Amino acid sequence: MAFLDYMFHNRDLILSLTFEHLQLVGIAILAATGLGIPLGVAASRNPTLRRWSLGFANVLQTVPSLALFGFLIPVTGIGGRTAVIALALYALLPILRNTCAGIAGVDRAVIEAAQAMGMTSLQMLLQVELPLAAGVILAGVRIAAVTSIGVATIAAAVGAGGLGMFIFQGLSMVNNNVILAGAIPAAVLAVFADALLGLIERRLSFRTGKTS
Amino acid sequence: MKSDPVIELRHVSYRLPGGRALLSDIDLTVGAGETLVLLGQSGSGKTTLLKLINRLLDPTDGEVRVEGRATTDWNPIQLRRRIGYVIQETGLFPHFTIARNVSVVPQLEGWPPERIQSRIAEMLRLVGLPPEEFATRKPHELSGGQRQRAGVARALAADPPVLLMDEPFGALDPITRIGLQREFRSLASRLGKTIVFVTHDLREALRLGTRIAMLEEGRLVAVHRAEQFTHAPERQIQNFIAAVRNGDDDL
Repeated sequence: MAFLDYMFHNRDLILSLTFEHLQLVGIAILAATGLGIPLGVAASRNPTLRRWSLGFANVLQTVPSLALFGFLIPVTGIGGRTAVIALALYALLPILRNTCAGIAGVDRAVIEAAQAMGMTSLQMLLQVELPLAAGVILAGVRIAAVTSIGVATIAAAVGAGGLGMFIFQGLSMVNNNVILAGAIPAAVLAVFADALLGLIERRLSFRTGKTS
Repeated sequence: MKSDPVIELRHVSYRLPGGRALLSDIDLTVGAGETLVLLGQSGSGKTTLLKLINRLLDPTDGEVRVEGRATTDWNPIQLRRRIGYVIQETGLFPHFTIARNVSVVPQLEGWPPERIQSRIAEMLRLVGLPPEEFATRKPHELSGGQRQRAGVARALAADPPVLLMDEPFGALDPITRIGLQREFRSLASRLGKTIVFVTHDLREALRLGTRIAMLEEGRLVAVHRAEQFTHAPERQIQNFIAAVRNGDDDL
């Protein structure tokens, strides 16, 4: 098959672009998690912050991805930095929302018991709320990661590289083999990321005894 | 009262921010080592009263004193660690083993590990959960009755002088419930804790209480010794008892 031939001949390039793709997504998800979880924790303690931060993240989510990349170019220029920022902004909503939902979903009786036992607010957060919300929070990270792997193919349009390079090239050459050389590895990445994070998520939920 | 009261409520009221009063002008004392039962229907203010004692709530009027000091003068964290608390759904931490659950307050208090370990075993044996069998289990691997036992073990772990119990046996089947009540009674008399026990169940109140305080719509009707309670002169108490008896006749 011509397509497999093409893949085989370009395996080095595919591999390096896959790596680049993973790098974009990885950094973006780390940033979004690093921002989203603390923000979600703060929002779960402050209704006003919760409303505003969720509203803001919601609005970001409605901006078409190509447009978001475009908006950022004048600010952060062409290249990987712009792509990472855009991806991180996209990833923020599911992580933030799930952090809020996870903490809000912790059983009232458990919170009251923790309080009545004389836990400080920080002890309660670290020993009770975050561990019990971990499954839900990770589900948010998982959604964010899988979405980002897809959206990151557009990063090629702002010169950030990644598997989108093949797709855009293939589109302009009207060559399906080239498109598939980008699309298939991206799809495989997404499936793997989903499975891996799903596995961790089940682990974390299992510790609480819920078999979700 | 012979000795100084451990818990004392002076003209205590609690109103919601909207102004509705959940408790009005309550005067009540609980002596060392006694089990005071707060009896009343749902919405009579029993749980609210309990939460005023460990400062989950502050009174809007009057003063709650624990060990001679107003709760508002206590550091809430310190106060709560001196007061064991058991609630209906136990509030056991689902992600912790039973041993870890029992050790929460001793750990917060910074006990040395060996002392915590021996305390866990001691407490689990006390409530009839052999540690070799139960220590490493998670709450969801226990029956409802076993969870309540674990909840009691946890509340007693740091040896608090005061124990607050909010319908701890409310969700159990009648047989388990009677068994636990019996054990609880002997435990209470052995440990000499000062206990405030909330229930809407007249029989439970009569079985467990040293004295019974009847609450109705946020007001204290009267306090009587348990053995005199059924002969109490107050109309509300007689109505409550009559309602329970009538309910039984229907069965």
